[in-house]
Parts: sequence; C-alpha cells; structure tokens
Amino acid sequence: MSARMGSMRVLPPLGARQRPWRMVERNVLAYRRTWYVFLSGFFEPVLFLLSIGIGVGKLVGKLPFDGHLVDYKQFVAPGLLASAAMNGSLLDTTFNFFVKYKYSHTYDAILATPLGTGDVATGEVVWALMRGAIYSTAFLLTMVAFGLVPSWWALLVVPVAVLIGFAFAGAGLAGTTFMRSWVDFDYVTLALVPLFLFSATFFPLSQYPAGLQAVIRLTPLYQGVVLERALVLGHMQWTLLVHAAYLAVMGAVGLRVAARRIGRLLQP
Amino acid sequence: MDPLIEARALTKRFGGFVAVDGIDFVIRPGEAFGFLGPNGAGKSSTMRMIGCVSPVSGGTLRVLGMDPAADGAQIRARLGVVPQEDNLDTELTVWDNLMIYGRYFDLPRAEIRRRAEELLEFVQLTDRRDSRVDPLSGGMKRRLTIARALINEPEVLLLDEPTTGLDPQARHMLWERLYRLKQDGVTLVLTTHYMDEAEQLCDRLVIMDAGRIVAEGSPRDLVATHATREVVELRFGRAAEQHAALARVRTLAPRVEPVADRLLVYTDDGDATAAAVTADGVGAASVLVRRASLEDVFLILTGRTLEE
Ligand SMILES: Nc1ncnc2c1ncn2[C@@H]1O[C@H](COP(=O)(O)OP(=O)(O)OP(=O)(O)O)[C@@H](O)[C@H]1O
Ligand SMILES: [Mg+2]
Repeated sequence: MSARMGSMRVLPPLGARQRPWRMVERNVLAYRRTWYVFLSGFFEPVLFLLSIGIGVGKLVGKLPFDGHLVDYKQFVAPGLLASAAMNGSLLDTTFNFFVKYKYSHTYDAILATPLGTGDVATGEVVWALMRGAIYSTAFLLTMVAFGLVPSWWALLVVPVAVLIGFAFAGAGLAGTTFMRSWVDFDYVTLALVPLFLFSATFFPLSQYPAGLQAVIRLTPLYQGVVLERALVLGHMQWTLLVHAAYLAVMGAVGLRVAARRIGRLLQP
Repeated sequence: MDPLIEARALTKRFGGFVAVDGIDFVIRPGEAFGFLGPNGAGKSSTMRMIGCVSPVSGGTLRVLGMDPAADGAQIRARLGVVPQEDNLDTELTVWDNLMIYGRYFDLPRAEIRRRAEELLEFVQLTDRRDSRVDPLSGGMKRRLTIARALINEPEVLLLDEPTTGLDPQARHMLWERLYRLKQDGVTLVLTTHYMDEAEQLCDRLVIMDAGRIVAEGSPRDLVATHATREVVELRFGRAAEQHAALARVRTLAPRVEPVADRLLVYTDDGDATAAAVTADGVGAASVLVRRASLEDVFLILTGRTLEE
C-alpha cells in the first residue's frame, strides 16, 4: 500500500471520446444479473405481430397502400417494428433514468469522476440505442422468417430503428428531467398509447379524418412508421429524408436539453 | 510548497441564498485539512466546489493548479470523493462497484482488478466482494465508498462527514484507515461536525459558521488562541437554578457560557475556579474540570454548540 501511494503517480489517460461508453459498460454490468428483463422488449412486438398481423390480417386480407395492394401483415409489421424501437429506447431513458438520478444517486457518483453531464446523457442514449438495435434486429429476423420482407431496402430497417430510438431516447431523457414524481409518468403513458395506436401503425393514414391526418403527420412515431414501411415494402421516395431529418433533430435537441438539465439538477 | 487547493473570496449562492460567503483557505500537499462546522455551515457546498461538481458563484478557486470551471475533468481524474450521502451503485455488487468506478477513470481492467483486491483488503470487505450493496451495514458502505474513492490512486481525498452515523468502533476503524492514507502521502480534506474527529485527524482546520470562516489553525493552536486552558462544567438540577447562578458565576471568572444543561466556565486554573465556585455556594449539582477543546472554541466564537 505505502509503496503504491508513495511512488510517482502516473496520470490515467483521459480518453474523452470514450467516456460515454463507460455508461454502456456500467449498464451491461447492471443488466448482467437481470438479463431476463431484456426479453420483454423482444416478445411484446412479436406477440403483436402474431395476433394482429397474422390473426387480424386473415380477416382484413389486402390493403391499398401507395397504389398497390399490400398484405395486411406486411403492412402492420413495420409499424410494430417502429413502435418497438420507440418503446425499447424509452425503457432506460425514462423510468430507469428517473430512478438513477432521483433515488439511487447513481449519477452523482459518476459525475465525481472525469465523466461529465454530456457523457452521462450521451452514454445513456447510446445504451438505449444498442438495446433497441438488438430488439429491432430480432424482430426483423422474425419478419424474414414469416416471409414479410420483400425488399432489399430492408437492410436499412435496423439503422432506421436506431434513428427512431435516438429520437425517443433523447426526448425521453430530456422529458424525464422535468418529472417531479412517479405521478408524472402517467403522462408518458398517456402520450405513448395514442402514438402507438394512431401513428398509421395499424391502418393507413387515409383512413383518418382529414383534420386528424394533419396532426398525425406532425407526430414523431409517424415519421418512423413511414420510414420503416417504405423500407420493408421497397417504396422509396426522396421525401423520406424529411422524416429521417425530423427524427435526427428530435434526438439531437433532446440530448442537448438533457445534458444541460442533468447539470442543472445534479450540480446546482 | 505550492498549495494544492487555494480559495480566495470563494462564494456559493443558491438563488439569493449565500451558502458560502467569501471564504479564503489554502491546503498544502500531504496535510489533513478540515472544515468543522454545524449543520448548514456550508461545508458540503465548499467540498462540492472543490470536487468540481458545483460551479463557483464568486471568488477564485484553484485545485491542483487548475481552474474547476475549465479543467473539471482533469481535476476530477486526480481526486477521490467520499460524499456526505453514500451513492454506491445499488444495481451492482461490491466488486463491480470498484470495477466500473475504475473504468470511469479509464483504467485498464487488469489494473483495476489488482487495485480492487488491494482496496477490499484495506477496508476489510474482501469476504463481501460478491454481495450486493444494499445488504451492507452503514459502516461497510462507508468503507466501500472510501475504497471506491481510492481506485484512481487520488492525490487528494475529499471526505464529507466520513463517519457521521457510524458507531464508535466503526468510526475508529475508519480513522485508522484514513491515518494510514495520510502516512502514504494522500492529502485529506474532510468536513465534520465532530470536534474529536477534527482533533484526531486534522493537521489544520477552519471552523465554519453560516458560510463564513470564523477561525483557522491547528486544533491545538485554535484551543490555545481562542479558549482558556481548562473548563469547569457546572450542572444544575433545574434550569431556573442554572439561570439564577449565572450572574454569580460571572463574578468569579471572566468568561462563562451557558449551554442547554450546563454552565461552562473558562479559566486557566480549573481547580482553583472549581474551589471558588464551591466556596461561593453557587449550588451546582456537579462540578467537573476538563481541558478545553475545539467544541469550546466554537462555542466561544459563535455562542452556540456544534451539535445543536
Ligand atoms: N442545492 C441547494 N439549493 C439551495 N440551497 C442549498 C442547496 N444546497 C445547500 N443549500 C443550502 O446551503 C446551506 C449550506 O449547505 P451545506 O450542505 O453546504 O451545509 P453543511 O455545512 O454541509 O451542512 P451539514 O452539516 O448539514 O451537511 C444550507 O442552508 C443549505 O440549505
Ligand atoms: Mg454537509
């Protein structure tokens, strides 16, 4: 002990760029013992696919979409995938994040090290994206197994799922910093359920009344659903870039706000 | 020697409230420096500014020759922090707490493993390495927090009330560990509201009250400068008696401080004063002569006791 303390001190190298990855490492350690909670994020969308896509799909048959007739299960699967990407990224950036910053003071300990608030926010988002990427890959493989993926554009399905995850992870983190108590999480549910049901996930936008259509076009999950559906069905258009930009900006703004708010909350 | 930490007119405001009110202090390498003060004195606020997790509101602060506002990450890389409230990672085991903390400092895993073994030994938690954090006792958590703070072999260890809430045995064990660290050349900066802790551990300390420094020096110098050599403690059966006796006692000694259940009489010759009090028939239920301590310094300077 005395030799080590008394001897010359060598500064640890400061890999500023790698710092957010330490958050990922921490989360891997934390989940190593409870890996099974991971599984719900995979089974939930698959169960929806089986019950709605295949079950309801039998009744619905084919839908007119973008000038073609599309099998209902092919129509609904990308919607479910986009929703799964949203939900997967929100698990660790809302509820779990709230516990860590408000109750277990995990971040106070981390911020006493070279990691800063930006590293913490970025790290949590990266982790959420990794988790989301695993879910969406598994879901995509399930879709392939059921023969629901006609287009090679589907290779971009997972990257776009990560983009959807980024948008919601950033927004989730930022939003959670404004929450005062558990009660406020009811608002999250209140926002997510309609997003899940009405983002053209289960039926085409044209089915909605005109006024509602305009609103839906502005909501975030809709952007993801449009993107994923276009990729799966191979209906590519330039306007898709607008939807992608929407998600990218949403994530980036969320991340910035979150980093600033974490600083304000934890380092008064 | 260049100071390790230097504060000039250091100020911390929360909104309109001034928690640290323009304090000056210098901490040199290898010393054990203490902030002694009652609740709300501004000790933690000061520590958090030194730890670069709370922005300075006014004045200047240099830590390890750097500016916390600009070089926070570099400074934190060389500090060890034991916060007032334990914030161990409750989702991880004892061992993983040390491993991941080392990773936050970007240390290679093999090196962290080596240090973690050594540190668990040092704080006597080797047999709990695979335990979760929650079932540990308060003293064990505190020791683990100290081990965690040492994983980066810090030059400065910041300890915010390291032994508050511990039983006497656990406190003494922690003091002994801290003493060994000091022997190894680690600079200790600690806060406490226990004067015995300050006397045991600190080479130098400042006494804080309401955001200001009211006195500074070694424990011995502080007592010599601000208190008398001895104190006579007079206890009375009832508060009314104590109240009635106060004026009488004041005629016998230049300095008398009434506290909740006692009169403290400051004197250089305790036995003579005790005899005088007894002869005068003040009617104290008990008379005790003892040496003056930091507690007395605080009482004399502020008119209040530390732990009220
Ligand atoms: N985040 C904050 N916002 C507002 N006021 C604060 C904040 N943190 C501390 N204070 C106030 O600043 C003052 C000093 O607090 P501080 O925690 O520094 O005291 P302390 O000396 O560490 O006390 P204790 O012995 O109770 O730990 C207190 O009055 C406290 O209420
Ligand atoms: Mg404090």
